[in-house]
Amino acid sequence: MSAMECSNMTKETLDRMFTEGKRFDGRGLLDYRPIEISFDVSNKAEGSARVKIGKTEVIVGVKMVVGEPYPDSPDKGNLTVSGDLLPMASPRFESGPPKFNAIELPRLVDRAIRHSGILDLKELVITSGEKVWIVIIDIYPINDDGNIIDAATIGATAALRKTMIPVLDEKGGIDYHKKSKTPLSIAKDIFPMIITFFKLGDSVLLDPTREEQEACEARIAWGISKWEGQHMINSCQKGEELAFTRSDVESMMDLIPKKFDEVSEKLKKFF
Amino acid sequence: MQKTHKMTNFKRPSGRTLTEMRKMYAKVGVVPNADGSAMFAFGDTVAIAAVYGPRQLHPQHMQDPGTGILRVNYDLLSFSVYERKKPGPSRRSQEISKVTEWALSPVLDLKEFPNTVIDVQVYILQADAGTRTAGINAASLALAHAGVPMKDLVCSISVGKLDKNLVVDLDKATDFPIAKIASTNEYTLLQLDGKIQPGVVKEILGLADKACEEIYEVQKKALKEAIEQ
Repeated sequence: MSAMECSNMTKETLDRMFTEGKRFDGRGLLDYRPIEISFDVSNKAEGSARVKIGKTEVIVGVKMVVGEPYPDSPDKGNLTVSGDLLPMASPRFESGPPKFNAIELPRLVDRAIRHSGILDLKELVITSGEKVWIVIIDIYPINDDGNIIDAATIGATAALRKTMIPVLDEKGGIDYHKKSKTPLSIAKDIFPMIITFFKLGDSVLLDPTREEQEACEARIAWGISKWEGQHMINSCQKGEELAFTRSDVESMMDLIPKKFDEVSEKLKKFF
Repeated sequence: MQKTHKMTNFKRPSGRTLTEMRKMYAKVGVVPNADGSAMFAFGDTVAIAAVYGPRQLHPQHMQDPGTGILRVNYDLLSFSVYERKKPGPSRRSQEISKVTEWALSPVLDLKEFPNTVIDVQVYILQADAGTRTAGINAASLALAHAGVPMKDLVCSISVGKLDKNLVVDLDKATDFPIAKIASTNEYTLLQLDGKIQPGVVKEILGLADKACEEIYEVQKKALKEAIEQ
């Protein structure tokens, strides 16, 4: 069953409005709602952030634990992204084993972050081949009013930028009572984001509200970063049941650098 | 970035040129019990797919009176990889099942089959990169073999980067799987991981288009062979 459900009437109305370039809240099809970032959601987390896009709210926390490296990469730490679509965030989310959307969200964020180069896993080694830091990013939407994927990725990047590496005691365990003075080493000039385009009929839009998102028939999430002035696509996943045409994809390639710069510019004030 | 894929004389470690695909093999009717079935191989990657349905969907509350639905299950068999894969669905296989479903559903019109499901089972017998694309090619063939009404076949290929060259049908796992509706410009699967400049995406789609033409011919041939028998 589709994750996107809304009445046929709403869908027809939205389709007609989008074709005319209109939205209920007066935005243009490619405009984001106001984005706000705040930090220190939990002082027990190594780093955390809260991101609001309009009424959508996602909190992201980073925990770090000591573990073993993967056998095929003894000189690299690990990055794990997980999370859950909490039933508190939407009448659409239910308790119980994770549904597909709850599995997909952290995987999308993982790929966008991992391939952007913001985190150098080689710097997370404590003892080569034996002990490494595992960085665990946990994503929890608090209120779903659409576009959770974009919000979650901004949250993950924001939380990573505030992450402090815990202090180790003599036995190699974590001493939570000592305050860390060592920030997690990240590439400060890389700010990975996901920009998700949604499609209804022939219209393509950004940052849908929940109602708009549920009317849409397809989406494509692009993980983007920029390094030394060059935009890079780090990940991409097409979702839902409509195809994207070649010209859809080509116009997205033109839009992505502009949108990325526009959103990054707006986020600068929070750091 | 230079359009280096034009160096057509360049040979990969496997001896293939940049746009040369591994040997493809397709056959339909490999699971006699199923309503439709097929196997599709890219070199050493072998996928089989079986279609059951349209049949009544259980549990009943999942039925849609407006249309039939497509349900795909993809998985690696435990012995298809060097390190035995623990049987049962993983997050990876659940995601691939879903993107395969999304890759195929745009060519189906299931409105004539309300309250039903078409189950597509895709299993990888031997994995050597490109399992999801081989799986989609097999599943698309199996659906056609089952006689499910389809707009067209879906063809799927991975394009990737080898050093600085764009190459088709990689030997290693890092790649960009793409699926398209065969005789259109519509893409039904796009997954890119890594570092790609936006301007290169057009080139990637162009390479995928050419490869999909070849896959389409292999698929059509397999279907024709089944009819002639």
